Amino acid sequence: MSEQGAEQQPAGVSRRRLFGWLGAGTAGVVAAGATGGLIGRSTAQEPASSGAPAADDAIPFAGEHQAGIVTPAQDRLHFVSFDVTTDDRNELVGMLKAWTDAARRMTAGRDAGPVGAVDGGRYSPPDDTGEAIGLPASGLTLTIGFGPTLFTTADGTDRFGLAARRPAPLVELPAFAGDQIQPAISGGDLCIQACANDPQVAVHAVRNLVRLGAGVVSVRWSQLGFGRTSSTSTGQATPRNLFGFKDGTNNLKAEASSALDDFVWVAGADSGADWLAGGSYLVTRRIRMLIEPWDTAHLHEQETIIGRAKGSGAPLGQREEFDPVDLTKQVDGEFAIPETSHVFLANPTNSGTALLRRGYSFVDGSDGLGRLDAGLFFIAYQRDPATGFVQVQRNLRTDAMNEYLRHTSSAVFACPPGVRDDDDWWGRSLFGS
Amino acid sequence: MSLRDRRLVVVPALALVLLFNGCGSDDGDGGGGSAAAADTIPVASSDDACDVGASELSAGTHEFEVTNGGSTTTEFYVYAEGDRVMAEVENIAPGLTRPLLVELPAGTYETVCKPGMIGDGIRNELTVTGAAEQLSEVESLARAAGDYQRYVRSQTGALIDRTTAFVDAVKAGDIDGAKALYPVARTYWERIEPVAESFGDLDPLIDGREGDQADGEDFTGFHRIEKALWETGDVSDMGPYADNLLADVRRIVELADETTLAPLQLANGAKALLDEVATGKITGEEERYSRTDLWDFAANLEGSQAAVQALRPFLVEADPDLVAELDQRFAAAEADLGQYRAGDGWLLHDQLTQAQLKGLSDSITALTESVSKVAGVVADK
Repeated sequence: MSEQGAEQQPAGVSRRRLFGWLGAGTAGVVAAGATGGLIGRSTAQEPASSGAPAADDAIPFAGEHQAGIVTPAQDRLHFVSFDVTTDDRNELVGMLKAWTDAARRMTAGRDAGPVGAVDGGRYSPPDDTGEAIGLPASGLTLTIGFGPTLFTTADGTDRFGLAARRPAPLVELPAFAGDQIQPAISGGDLCIQACANDPQVAVHAVRNLVRLGAGVVSVRWSQLGFGRTSSTSTGQATPRNLFGFKDGTNNLKAEASSALDDFVWVAGADSGADWLAGGSYLVTRRIRMLIEPWDTAHLHEQETIIGRAKGSGAPLGQREEFDPVDLTKQVDGEFAIPETSHVFLANPTNSGTALLRRGYSFVDGSDGLGRLDAGLFFIAYQRDPATGFVQVQRNLRTDAMNEYLRHTSSAVFACPPGVRDDDDWWGRSLFGS
Repeated sequence: MSLRDRRLVVVPALALVLLFNGCGSDDGDGGGGSAAAADTIPVASSDDACDVGASELSAGTHEFEVTNGGSTTTEFYVYAEGDRVMAEVENIAPGLTRPLLVELPAGTYETVCKPGMIGDGIRNELTVTGAAEQLSEVESLARAAGDYQRYVRSQTGALIDRTTAFVDAVKAGDIDGAKALYPVARTYWERIEPVAESFGDLDPLIDGREGDQADGEDFTGFHRIEKALWETGDVSDMGPYADNLLADVRRIVELADETTLAPLQLANGAKALLDEVATGKITGEEERYSRTDLWDFAANLEGSQAAVQALRPFLVEADPDLVAELDQRFAAAEADLGQYRAGDGWLLHDQLTQAQLKGLSDSITALTESVSKVAGVVADK
């Protein structure tokens, strides 16, 4: 896109009108006042120097919420989506219990199985694959989610007697302008998000869970990620995405507990949430970045597309990264943050909502034309996809950044609350004990 | 074949033990060792019926006489629980009669005719009364070798027969006939690969793929002729390869018939056959010219099951949960593969979609997880 285009006022959309639209009330969980308060808190906070666990530490597996959501984002991701291949509910429950046991052990830095990688019989296949021997827990978190097709298959079959328990918000995402979604790498009945500070630890966890799932689930698609593109704690410095910009400055943070209750955690009174209270909805989007055209866009264009300075990460018109985003500020008679910029459109003031982003960069080699097959594996947690990602993404329809993006994969999952103790298991609140 | 599988099977020295002397029949070796059958039970196999002259027998050795009155080649089996093969006679051409000698302890069995040599067959119950055998785990483990040897011998006769027919067709320049016989002959080969591969120098000559040969070695065997049949359609120079193939098959059959595999080798062989499926057949690497990989797939699966079923009486005592899982997953894999039957054979590899191949891969992956546990159970004894 041209510089001229970037500075052009979008036809028919005025700042006044945007504010009016927000003030008129956004659907769902967000009230304008709450949004304003949120912005104030999260943008006023300076990064603290403590709070994040050391890279080698184990993250507690049990808790009110699943780990891997507000846990300070680790450096590496292995995300995997499954189709359930059995029609036998007992087999599925048995696997979920086996997965929980293995996840409990692996997140504590132990082997996947009770015997271990090298302590079993000579003629038995080891119950752990062994590539994590000697590695610390590395902050491993394993987070499970249930897709809409677990409850009712695409052709309407209720395989596991769960159709009536599907929460109304758990539906496939609508199509968005410019989508190039590939069904083969989208959706899924189940998902596991494995995050760790060592990629080998994350891959080991997924590999062993896949193995335990043989005969019950089949891997539908998977995605490796590196270089977290969001901070989820004030103790973390803001990382850069593959566009070279700081990403996630204004993200929801673990420390903002009332905002998390408003925007991330499903509450007991929410629709269909009897089993999902304390959980969250997960949206994933594999967003290919068109790296080569981006790299040849000049600096000013890049900054006006994003809405931030590339070096400091400061909102345009401000000096420091965590200075407040001032959407009204003018420089030389122009708005400092263009109305087509990503920051302008995605900012809670204009999107009317907030997300907890937890994405990772990916580089899947190169495409057949020698271009980087790279981008952002976008992950967001929210209390309701309709008032979360869907609302934000609809508002990004005029985002100048779209010219450099292609969404190639899409999925939505309901992530149950955390497991409480050693007898609890993933999905117990859904399947019953 | 694959190098990995050969290593797995060959590690413990093969015991060339003659546990059973031949019992006089061509293919069906009852393995009982008794001098003569007490009686003869006629079996009339046709395209849609399997009339067995008895449904109740007393424990002991019996001879079945199987006559094929149908229009396609048939097979006859006596199965114990879980389709464990007690005895079988393969490859009975229309109009022929073949004997089958079998020793049956008291129990419930099924007699099965398989016209066309595919599917679950036409089944009848067979009850054998008398003193039931009480075997210790060690005794039932010791018997597995003989059970599996009986299975191998039931296959090797048909292997020679069908390879001979294939070779004859090649030498006669009968392209269509040779193409039709190729996957059938290979079925008997692929079923007993755990034994065949233990003879390391013969296996590459018979089953080597192009590119597997060391410098100076010729590309020979089934796949050499496969390439000529499907790539050029010219087999005029295949005569020497055809003769050598048959000679090598005869040599390996002679060795295989006298080989007994230790229980651990059986367990490893069952797993190795599934690895063959996963790495060679689902990927379409084995039959790169004919695309008849699903024939091999079915044969590997049957051979794996035969090896596991030889261990079944032991496993039922030692790990009944594993037996239940094995039964379920073998059945699931068979059912999954069964979707791709075409007439008396199978669809070609390139007629399956990626999603269909993924389904087969999932079934084999799950089955392999279960079969891989058998060796550990055996080794614990």
